[in-house]
Amino acid sequence: MPLSDFEVVVGLEVHAQLLTRSKIFCPCSTAFGGEPNAHTCPVCLGLPGALPVLNERVVEMAVTVGLSLGCRIREKSVFARKNYFYPDLPKGYQISQYEQPICEGGAVAFAVDGVEKVARLVRIHIEEDAGKNVHGVSPDGASGVDLNRAGVPLLEIVSEPDLRSATEAVEFVRALRAVLVALGVSDGNMQEGSLRCDANVSVMRRGASRYGTRCEIKNMNSFRFLEEAIDYEARRQVEIVEAGGQVEQETRLFDPDRGETRSMRSKEEAHDYRYFPEPDLPPVIVPLTLIERLRASLPELPRARYRRYQEALGLSAYDASVLVSDARVASWFDRALSAYRPGPEAAKRVANWLNGEVARLANETGLGPNEWRLTPEKLGSVLRLLDEGTLGGPGAKQVVEEVFRTGGDPAQVVVARGLAQVSDEGAIEAAVDRVLTASPAEVERHRSGKKDLTGFFVGRVMRELGGKGNPAVVNALLRTKLGGGS
Amino acid sequence: MTPTELTALTVREAGEVLARRLTSAAELTEAALTRIERVDGRLGAFLKVTAEEARAQARAADERTARGERLSPLDGVPLAVKDLFLTKGVETTAGSRILEGYRPPYDATVVERLKAAGAVLLGKLNLDEFAMGSSSENSGYRPCRNPWDLTRTPGGSSGGSAVAAAARLAHGTLGTDTGGSIREPASFCGVVGVKPSYGRVSRYGVVAFASSLDQVGPLARTVGDAALLLRTVAGHDPRDMTSSARPVDDYLANLESGAKGLRVGVPREWLAAGLEPGTEEAVRAALDVYRRLGATLVDISLPHSRYGIAAYYIIAPAEASSNLARYDGVRFGIRAPGRGLREMYADTRQHGFGAEVKRRIMLGTYALSSGYYDAYYLRAQKVRTLVRHDLDLAFGRCDLVAGPVAPGVAFPLGERVEDPLRMYLADVFTITANLAALPALSVPCGKDAATGLPVGLQLVGRPFDEANLLRAARALEREVGVFPAPEVP
Amino acid sequence: MSISLEEVRRIASLARLKLSPEEEQRFAGQLSAILAHVAVLEELDVSGVEPMTHALAAGEVAALRADRVLPGLGAETAVAPAPDRAGTHFKVPRIIE
Repeated sequence: MPLSDFEVVVGLEVHAQLLTRSKIFCPCSTAFGGEPNAHTCPVCLGLPGALPVLNERVVEMAVTVGLSLGCRIREKSVFARKNYFYPDLPKGYQISQYEQPICEGGAVAFAVDGVEKVARLVRIHIEEDAGKNVHGVSPDGASGVDLNRAGVPLLEIVSEPDLRSATEAVEFVRALRAVLVALGVSDGNMQEGSLRCDANVSVMRRGASRYGTRCEIKNMNSFRFLEEAIDYEARRQVEIVEAGGQVEQETRLFDPDRGETRSMRSKEEAHDYRYFPEPDLPPVIVPLTLIERLRASLPELPRARYRRYQEALGLSAYDASVLVSDARVASWFDRALSAYRPGPEAAKRVANWLNGEVARLANETGLGPNEWRLTPEKLGSVLRLLDEGTLGGPGAKQVVEEVFRTGGDPAQVVVARGLAQVSDEGAIEAAVDRVLTASPAEVERHRSGKKDLTGFFVGRVMRELGGKGNPAVVNALLRTKLGGGS
Repeated sequence: MTPTELTALTVREAGEVLARRLTSAAELTEAALTRIERVDGRLGAFLKVTAEEARAQARAADERTARGERLSPLDGVPLAVKDLFLTKGVETTAGSRILEGYRPPYDATVVERLKAAGAVLLGKLNLDEFAMGSSSENSGYRPCRNPWDLTRTPGGSSGGSAVAAAARLAHGTLGTDTGGSIREPASFCGVVGVKPSYGRVSRYGVVAFASSLDQVGPLARTVGDAALLLRTVAGHDPRDMTSSARPVDDYLANLESGAKGLRVGVPREWLAAGLEPGTEEAVRAALDVYRRLGATLVDISLPHSRYGIAAYYIIAPAEASSNLARYDGVRFGIRAPGRGLREMYADTRQHGFGAEVKRRIMLGTYALSSGYYDAYYLRAQKVRTLVRHDLDLAFGRCDLVAGPVAPGVAFPLGERVEDPLRMYLADVFTITANLAALPALSVPCGKDAATGLPVGLQLVGRPFDEANLLRAARALEREVGVFPAPEVP
Repeated sequence: MSISLEEVRRIASLARLKLSPEEEQRFAGQLSAILAHVAVLEELDVSGVEPMTHALAAGEVAALRADRVLPGLGAETAVAPAPDRAGTHFKVPRIIE
């Protein structure tokens, strides 16, 4: 950790691949994977004579994100060419936005240890992704270029340097990702590279009036790496400053194996990108009517849901945050609640099941909510069966697991597996009588004060009932028969 | 009909003659191919003759005609296109060594449209490399000569297109115009050349030089031919976002209406000193014709004329420097062996690009580079607005603007290659229409008294007012006659 | 506006052009002459003038493209013109990051 008389200052640049079907400037598929260069055409290959044609869905997504984050939407924004040479950049320039981005301002709300914070955004703009350079495609060590990804639409979201710790940076990205996923514009997958994060890190003495020199850190593809990299970089810079040196402005790569940042090996001349407005594309016009239409169809966003879950439903901050971290899970929760019984009391129970058993099964099978065979309505059924006493706790878990894995109707599973609890007082009383009769010594000891034998009796009765005794009824009858407290 | 008669047919005549089955597409094609073989060795109009493909297309056209299923007035008519248009499976070089052997996987939209109209494509025409030049001397492959005088340039960059049309190697051709590259060679070779409004014709599949200036247009011996060709290729293309959604006029509809009542603006800056006497004389004579035909000549001023070259020679090279970054040896074209990636790029481009291209890339890179963008590129774009504004004001008082295409007639080969600035300055009249995104054309208006070489009159029109321009050009043509074809020895 | 040899080299490097010493000299001279002419633009007062960044007027522009997938060229066709390839990858000298 940096010494306490220093502050670390972090600004983030997040690139999110947009979930459009086709690329930003051509109708090629954005589908992941596929044979190298299978999803290409003259436009994304940068062939002579090819021209870009803007995908309308990209504009809609950008505006939707901007509205969700409180940005100003520019009625007219302009594409620009960012010129540099690299094999994964087929045209020798990237079409991006420079002086007039589609969104400006805005902010992302996030929480650190339950404390709400806000980091402002500078801008959001639209650009195209580059292809992929692949190393070692042949024995001679040559590199290969795959342009399947070239032209996939990206949103670049730039924050002000408002973040003051690695943890804040992580929570910022988490919250931003939750919004992007909730809006359906990105799948937020850092490992696969559909959500990428660069950090601008600097340090300054507490109370200083000017920011220190910043370094850009790249290549952090998980929250853990993001945190490690920023912590490392902050320490590195503090060491330099403490020793009386100057931090050199540069781009550094995070090395996940060593947990360090390293200066990029090729000391390239500082890129002169020679930005100029893209002549092949007219300005992007976002009429007020489009803004209003998109605003009206915004889904409930994570922070709003988080507050609603706590305020209206009484869920704990922890439970709420787990639910909203995945918009699909939160939507599933909402449906389960309305299928079962809306309101705070039921909310806690549904949340417990969802964050407990269901989450366990989801993690184990790797399935997303859209793939679960356990529907919200079916969980509702299980909860009602519990309420009726038809199922006990263990039985309910079994039903949930079976329905999750193989589908089916909960009530039918109960019958098929014979999971119905025995709640009939007569049957239970008969079992209790049999047990007590068979264990006179224990009954005597219980009567003379060894109350912890109650568990022994409960266990025996349950065995008699094949494990299906309704615990409440069993306990009540035992209490009656044994007399006194239990 | 004899081969000579066949190759002398205009595009429209050829179409009519085919429709009436007085000849066949096969015969027309054979006549053209024979003439090319006999004559083009000296002229250098063609970089590639696609004889077999042409014959196949001609056969197909004849079959359609026999079935009564002609696709258009162009069905079966032999044409040719500048080697800047991508032709699927057929080598496309842009006149550059860097694309030697390159066979594109797709056709330019305009090529698709010509094919859809049933035209026979004879081959790819010579040009200045990447359309950069005014003489076709920058071709990376072979010289191109003016059929009126083999010691002179045909103009550029669409030199091959003008030569082929003039020398009857094809009935009509397509070229591109960024700073005058259709109009100037048309003027130098005695044919009609039209640069439509920016956005009138799709640029998809046209090797880009300067994206905000490039336009595709026809070259042919008559105004009617140019009108027909333009009508065939013009119109919105969803693959080109800079193409206009506006419907295409039928340019042939009122072609013969004449010039009566037309207000012809004559920019005083354009007829001031600097013109060769023969050119000035021919242009003034043409203006007199308009007066005789009932048009009114209006004295106008285009005060920012003298800044046009400077603005153009910042904007065009800037855009070009970016458009030509893709020629890097990675995915197509030639590749020079290099030890590392950076060497590969630099060597490939060094070997592949000629001097003019390198010069413009340098100029453009400089104008966009950090610290210079505001002073050069941004300022030039503002001046562009001023140039356009001059014309907008002028069109309040006239319907079209008339003047010279170039300061003089076709100049001798080699005269200006070492003096790029001098070469650039001769674009002074043509670049105006490119900067202003307006339609303009060159129509032959006479001969230079001293040399007998053709002189073209330039007409510039309001946005998307090609119909009016063509009508006015036709009025002149009707009066002075279609310019003769050169006798090529 | 004179361009130095050093400038020429800087621009050539940015543009990935490998000029010979003779070319460097020649271009320095020619570019200087051209830029000297271009300097005439400085005479103009362009304050308040909008740059003409797009040549097509706003009213002429057609609608954007709908988000639909269309088949591309296919990997073979895409890499067929490549000077060097490895499978369906474009092959280039080793890229050092």
